[in-house]
This record gives sequence, C-alpha cells and structure tokens, in this order.
Amino acid sequence: MTSKRFAACKQLRRKCHSDCIFLPYFPPNNPQRFSYVHRIYGASSVGKMLQQVEEHQRGDVADSLYYEAYWRIKDPVYGCVGIITALHEEIYHVQFQLAKVQAQIDLLYQNGVYTFDS
Amino acid sequence: MASSSSYNSPCAACKFLRRKCLPGCIFSPYFPPEEPQKFINVHKIFGASNVTKLLNELLPHQREDAVNSLAYEAEARVRDPVYGCVGAITFLQRQVERLQKELDAANADLIRYACNEFTPPPPPPPLPIHHNVALRQRPAEFSRRSSMGHGGGGGGFHQTPNFPMPYSLPNWNDHQNPSGDHHYYGGGGGASI
Repeated sequence: MTSKRFAACKQLRRKCHSDCIFLPYFPPNNPQRFSYVHRIYGASSVGKMLQQVEEHQRGDVADSLYYEAYWRIKDPVYGCVGIITALHEEIYHVQFQLAKVQAQIDLLYQNGVYTFDS
Repeated sequence: MASSSSYNSPCAACKFLRRKCLPGCIFSPYFPPEEPQKFINVHKIFGASNVTKLLNELLPHQREDAVNSLAYEAEARVRDPVYGCVGAITFLQRQVERLQKELDAANADLIRYACNEFTPPPPPPPLPIHHNVALRQRPAEFSRRSSMGHGGGGGGFHQTPNFPMPYSLPNWNDHQNPSGDHHYYGGGGGASI
C-alpha cells in the first residue's frame, strides 16, 4: 500500500492498493488529470479501457483519454472532433495554395520552354 | 434529425438499455433505432449517464452536434483503444506540417523562377490527393461553427493548427498498422456522421 493515495483513489474516496490500475497514470500531484477523465468517461470505463490493452500501452491510453476529456470540457459540443475538423480545413487550404503555386510554376516553365524553342 | 418515439419504436438507446422509451426521452432524437451501433459505441466509451449529463448541460440546438461528435470519438476509440481520436489528430497535424513545408519550398521556387535566377525544372508530378486520408470521413457535416470561436461555447482554436496540448502527442509511427497504411476512418463504413 502506498502512503500517498493516487489521484484516482483519492477522488473516488477509496483505499488505494499497491496494484491499483490507475496509480501509475494518475499521480497525486495532478488531480485535474483524473478529474477530467472521470467527469467525461467515468472511473469504471477508464479502468476497463486500461485493462483491455497491454501494460506498456496504458500510459498512452491515459494520456489520450485525458487529452480528449480536456477538449470535451473545453468545448462541450465538439470536443477534440473540432480540432480534427479544423485540421481538415487547414489541409484543404494548404493543398489549394500549393496547387496554385504549382500552377504558376508550370506556367513559368511553359514560358521557359517556348523561349528555348524559338 | 432522426427521431423516434414510443409511439413508433423505442430509440436505439432505450432498446439497448431495455427500458421504455418515453416521450421526451433525451436520447431519442439522436439515436434512431436504425443506428444501434451508434449508441452501443457511445455507451461503451462514455456511459449513458455521462452522456445524459453532457446533453443536459447543452442547449437543445447544440445536442445533435454534441451527440455526433461523441459518436465519432467513441467509434474512434473502439477502433483504436490506445489513441482514439488523438491518433487521427497526430496524423493530420503531421500532414499539415508536411504540406506547409512543401508550400514554403514551392513559394521559394516560384520567387526564384519569377526573378529568372535559373530555369525551372520540369513540372513536378501531380499533387497527390489524399483520398485515403480521413478527408472522406471528415466530420464536416456538423452544422457547426458556433464553438469555433464564433460565439458558441468553448473552442476558439481554429485559427492555427498549433493546438495547445495538455501533453505531448504520441508518435504516430509507433501506431501504424502492419501494412503501413494511414487509413484513419478512410475506408468504407467509417464514422457515419
């Protein structure tokens, strides 16, 4: 048993055992991390999601859940899906700009070819 | 907006939860009985009571988009239990960075050619169109913009792709499937939002 209860067990008001599945990923010095995840997903969902992956992947699971919970709290309507939409728009915009510049380069090349042939 | 009531058939949520679908059921406008998987995914990841709380905190006109974005995230998490949506975000951000570098290089070339510093090379191959990327699955069907810094709740990050992250993102390359394809939601039957 650890003398410091980890954030998850502290918030859930339960005894923190040394094999607590949350304890490596929700340290006591960052209570917001578990608070956000708990608020959006619930403790049992998070526990299940951690259990269904290999141990070496659990850190990434906890991190990505925190990231998504963070954005869902910040933007309750779209969450991190809003970021995906904005990124798609950015990609479209940059591709469009790139196509324009490529077309201008092609035009210069064509003018160059005509100049060389004459 | 699909809708069901107890007069017709229970909504997908009440059907799954095996309860009576009462008039005024908060789920029924957004989880039609024809789309059972949508609620199954959302319930699996978020839980029905959490979704109820989330929806109750929103105005009615915001709820459809909220449910659709939750369904999108839930499906992403079911497909990718480790990274969920974050994997797609990482991939798209890298794509933006790559394209921006290409654009910067092309602009620099254009300036050089225009100033006749040297003869332009033959035209490059056609610009690849990323059909296999999540563009086909882009959640642009959302009737949104209100939370993108235009007066709705939250958001405001649309001005730049450099979104503030609460942590540093995972390495996308560690997460490629064995074929190396980046097929995030690009195949058929993806997020039907």
